[in-house]
Amino acid sequence: MTGERPSPPARFEPVSDGDLRIAEVPFRTQVNLRLDPGGPAAGDIGRALGVPLPAEPGTYGSADVDVLWLGPDEWLVVGEPGRERELETRLRDAAGTGHVAVTDVSAQRTTLLVAGPKARDLLAHGCALDLHPRVFGPGRCAQTMLARAQVLLVARDGDEFMVLVRPSFAGYLVAWLLDAAAEYVSGQPG
Amino acid sequence: MLIPCPWCGPRDEAEFHYGGQAHVAYPADPAALSDAEWARYLFFRDNPKGPFAERWSHAAGCRRWFNVVRDTATNEIHAVYRAGGQRPVSP
Amino acid sequence: MTRQPFRRDGHRGETLRFRFDGRDYEGYRGDTLAAALLANGVRAVATSVRLGRPRGVFAAWTEEPNALVQIEHPFPEPMLQATTVELYDGLVARGLPGKGRLSGEADPARHDGVYAHCDVLVVGAGPAGLSAALSAAGSGARVVLADDRPVPGGSLPDTAETVDGLPGAEWAAAALAELDGHPEVRVLARTGVLGYYDDNYLVAVERRGERASSRERLWRIRARRVVLATGAHERSVAFAGNDRPGVMLASAARAYVNRYGVLPGRRAVVFTANDSAYAAARDLAAAGVEVAAVVDVRRGGGRSWDGSEVLAGHLVTGVDGPDGVSSVTVSPDPGGGPAGGREIEADLLLVSGGWNPVVHLFGQAGGRLRYDERLGALLPAATRQAVEVAGAARGLSTLGRCLADGAAAGARAAEAAGFRAGRRPAARAEDVAAAPAEHVWLVPAADYRGHFVDLQRDVTVADVMRATGAGLRSVEHVKRYTTAGTAHDQGKTSGLLTSGVVAHLLGVDVAELGTTTFRAPYVPVSFATLAGRDRGALHDPVRVTPLHGWHVARGALFENIGQWKRPRYYPRAGEDMPTAVLRECAAVRRGAGAMDVSTLGKIDLQGPDAAELLDRLYTGMMSTLPVGAIRYGVMCRPDGTVFDDGTVTRLAQDRFLATTTTGNAAAVLDWMEEWLQTEWPSLRVYCTSVTEQWATVALAGPGSRAVLAGLAPGLAVDGASFPFMTWRDARVADIEARVCRISFSGELAYEINVSAWDGLALWEAVQGSGAVTPYGTETMHVLRAEKGYPIVGQDTDGTVTPADLGLGWALSGKKADYVGKRSHARPGDLRPDRKHLVGLLPDDPDRLLPEGAHLVATARLPEPPVPALGHVTSSYRSAALGRTFALALVSGGRERVGERLYVPVGAEQVPVTVTRHVLYDPEGARRDG
Repeated sequence: MTGERPSPPARFEPVSDGDLRIAEVPFRTQVNLRLDPGGPAAGDIGRALGVPLPAEPGTYGSADVDVLWLGPDEWLVVGEPGRERELETRLRDAAGTGHVAVTDVSAQRTTLLVAGPKARDLLAHGCALDLHPRVFGPGRCAQTMLARAQVLLVARDGDEFMVLVRPSFAGYLVAWLLDAAAEYVSGQPG
Repeated sequence: MLIPCPWCGPRDEAEFHYGGQAHVAYPADPAALSDAEWARYLFFRDNPKGPFAERWSHAAGCRRWFNVVRDTATNEIHAVYRAGGQRPVSP
Repeated sequence: MTRQPFRRDGHRGETLRFRFDGRDYEGYRGDTLAAALLANGVRAVATSVRLGRPRGVFAAWTEEPNALVQIEHPFPEPMLQATTVELYDGLVARGLPGKGRLSGEADPARHDGVYAHCDVLVVGAGPAGLSAALSAAGSGARVVLADDRPVPGGSLPDTAETVDGLPGAEWAAAALAELDGHPEVRVLARTGVLGYYDDNYLVAVERRGERASSRERLWRIRARRVVLATGAHERSVAFAGNDRPGVMLASAARAYVNRYGVLPGRRAVVFTANDSAYAAARDLAAAGVEVAAVVDVRRGGGRSWDGSEVLAGHLVTGVDGPDGVSSVTVSPDPGGGPAGGREIEADLLLVSGGWNPVVHLFGQAGGRLRYDERLGALLPAATRQAVEVAGAARGLSTLGRCLADGAAAGARAAEAAGFRAGRRPAARAEDVAAAPAEHVWLVPAADYRGHFVDLQRDVTVADVMRATGAGLRSVEHVKRYTTAGTAHDQGKTSGLLTSGVVAHLLGVDVAELGTTTFRAPYVPVSFATLAGRDRGALHDPVRVTPLHGWHVARGALFENIGQWKRPRYYPRAGEDMPTAVLRECAAVRRGAGAMDVSTLGKIDLQGPDAAELLDRLYTGMMSTLPVGAIRYGVMCRPDGTVFDDGTVTRLAQDRFLATTTTGNAAAVLDWMEEWLQTEWPSLRVYCTSVTEQWATVALAGPGSRAVLAGLAPGLAVDGASFPFMTWRDARVADIEARVCRISFSGELAYEINVSAWDGLALWEAVQGSGAVTPYGTETMHVLRAEKGYPIVGQDTDGTVTPADLGLGWALSGKKADYVGKRSHARPGDLRPDRKHLVGLLPDDPDRLLPEGAHLVATARLPEPPVPALGHVTSSYRSAALGRTFALALVSGGRERVGERLYVPVGAEQVPVTVTRHVLYDPEGARRDG
């Protein structure tokens, strides 16, 4: 490759206030995985990932990667940037000759971090899901709508959310988040 | 309206796509059908006031298709079952 | 002397200045505009919509039908109720003649929305609502209490009643403080619930004011249980002159005296059919209003009253005074009309025809109502939603019962939501026994043209009589005939009164007649609030490709394709669109051009049955495609019409990449999943969207091979090594790429796919080769149209089959079936007069036909109906042809090649000649360079 990779898809000045942080976490490795959870490959792939494929809808498991439930036969394996090759190979090797689809989709979504005590309030402006910690706490993920964009929402420890969104929507979604965040950032009317 | 996705649980109706009447199977051998029979498959659907078995897809979520028995007059959902499943006996 | 002559003695507050109808006034903080106007003696506030009659303040909150105002400053807003506008310093408003006008200026304020979830939603913070919230909150349940007023307590500040030994307003404030101490309780003041939808989804508007981050906020609340403690509205009686300024609901007058410290008049007559108006009379008298007489419909009168004269068994038969009440005529029932009555001097007439529980939200929720003869009111009955109705909203009339009822309802709701309610004792109040009410709808008279039932819509009993006289028997029909109940107030004061009058006229029971359907919104809501943040730049997502910044920097002008922004053309200095597009077209046909085609949908299909799935969904044969090759494909709906088109690339024996049109990317993936999941679950294939994983650059033109060779030195680009409709992995500009040799222009062309992260680097390298002109969608459209390639959605609609488009070659005859095949054998699909895609050449080579224009056979338009042969679907100027041309769908078009047809444009019949749809390089000689 001749040049540097371009700017992160969302490209904006991060927000870092006491109660709210918004930043892009770009270029993370994402591999889409589809297989029959009852088939023989499921166990092998779980072992290769170091964490069983989560069977409970709307949850994820973590090892050195996060494995997010997307559907009854679909998961998203998310890791640090630069691991596309390695993860794809690891998954294909574990799948063997089974009917398993492994697809690198790292550039298919970028990740926005929304964190802090006001993160839930901010997301509630555009997300119809109940984000109360009793309902959507750490370990939960959901594909849903945030404002008018489809997102994959991931709840982590410490009032931290990862919002995975198509890069084509990222500019819109960031503009929306920053507009909605105005009241939670100090110095703004409440 | 909340639609209970069999996998993701109840979600707002805006996350779903409607798929029309359930249990209208694609004919096994379309070529064997008369024009009238084929037209019946293409164009004729029930339109009851009351319980109706229909297909929905959780388009903004897990992208699964499933069946719902919904009362078209009240939007009450009487049953939810997976694609290919049998329609439960009506309450 | 006070500057607010109708302010009650001793009432003080922070002074606010405001201007109404061009005059300056003062009021106090906490006033509504209506209260401040009354304090200044302003009686006529607005004029009525149809008859232009002066109208005054009739009510004290959202049920107000009369006092409509327009706010001019600080922001223009039409049609607000003066009774709900909180007074603020600098407010400028004026009264309205029934209708407002929208401002021509943009409203700079922000509006937004929030989703909220709770176990128990309590609507209304009156005695019952506060009690419900307190008992639910004690259980640990998540509680939302929404109330439309600025201060809690509902009617308590109006009535000045006592709760738990405290003045009602103080008790309410203490209750609110207690609720605020619960971490899982959210109290929303100034938040009116306006809609109640399926599955306990309620929508409310919070009025947050000018200084907040948003002026209004739309709350979308999903509640497991709902407690409706929405109180009751007093209703009027239809009598002559009941619309005069100075005629006011008794409860409203009580509210002005107690809550706002305002005297709505100096000398009052009270007209009632129940005991509640006596309490109003007592409070007014205590505030210094002279109560001239209580006119009680009931022969026995009301409870003991030590004030002025009680005229039991009497009716109000007339009101005098052109711009406000100056006297009231009273007659014994049955009255002999004004002539036989007695005239009492007064400037205020309080009316109480009874109480209507506020069942609007309950009705919206699908709840059934029943008419209660004893109360003369509609009460909530059966419902399918998880809702409780408490207090006055279900017909309870005394404070003590409302408090106890609310507490019980709150506990029940919390328990139904799975929580254990505590044993918090309900608040208490002393209840006074009341004499039974009577229900009077109208005062008989010879002429009913001054008996108003709907003050806002100016509907009188005479209008209702015209409706019933015309044979209407249903209140729904009467509503539509007379417009009663259709105004901004949704008939809060007029709905049941209309039913009562109709029932009286028809000689039937109100119970039998019922009332009209309750629909959202309960209170008016602005479109700006409903739109919330979805305005301006955020109105709809704008989707852009990884190359977007480059396009912007090079001055591209964009075209909206669905939500995508695609460069339409890249004008150079001084170029208009036709000039730029002709230049870009010529560059591609003569040299090389490059286009960002990253928006095309891309679906990765993996599995042993992937080829089988594609065979079933595409009209052509895909399973015979060798690895390394690409095939054009069309997809049809079962009815045989074109759904989408694109290419299918075989990456491996069990892996394909299918492309879709930009606008159909999601729809095609959904289509594949639908068939797989619902019809063919045994097929072993998984479909994954990779639309945005890849950035794609189309490189087209006779010079493209040399450009590619320069960028990809390791790739054999000669025609034999890299034939048409094949693909190769290569390093292009030192970036890992998949290069496909496909063409949408008829020229030698390639599509270079790289990771979206590398898209910009690739594009810059392609541009850096120095021999490549960037081109946009407009040029692409011209180039493909010259070749007769259709665009799905532009040259097709829901009626067009592949054969109509001249794509018969893409329909497999060998396959037993594909989706749409059976329909292609229907007689309708084989008719010779189907509309075919053809080319059109205007006789005048400079004449550009309008897209969408019709085609007719004759040089002179016949008398209508004019037989239209088809329409123009695409129309351009062609650099290659040196003239204009068009594509059209024309009945039997392929048989008409060479025929002269006419395109009516305005008054002109533009002559054109029908040609084959492929106008440029029909032999296909150019695709190999």
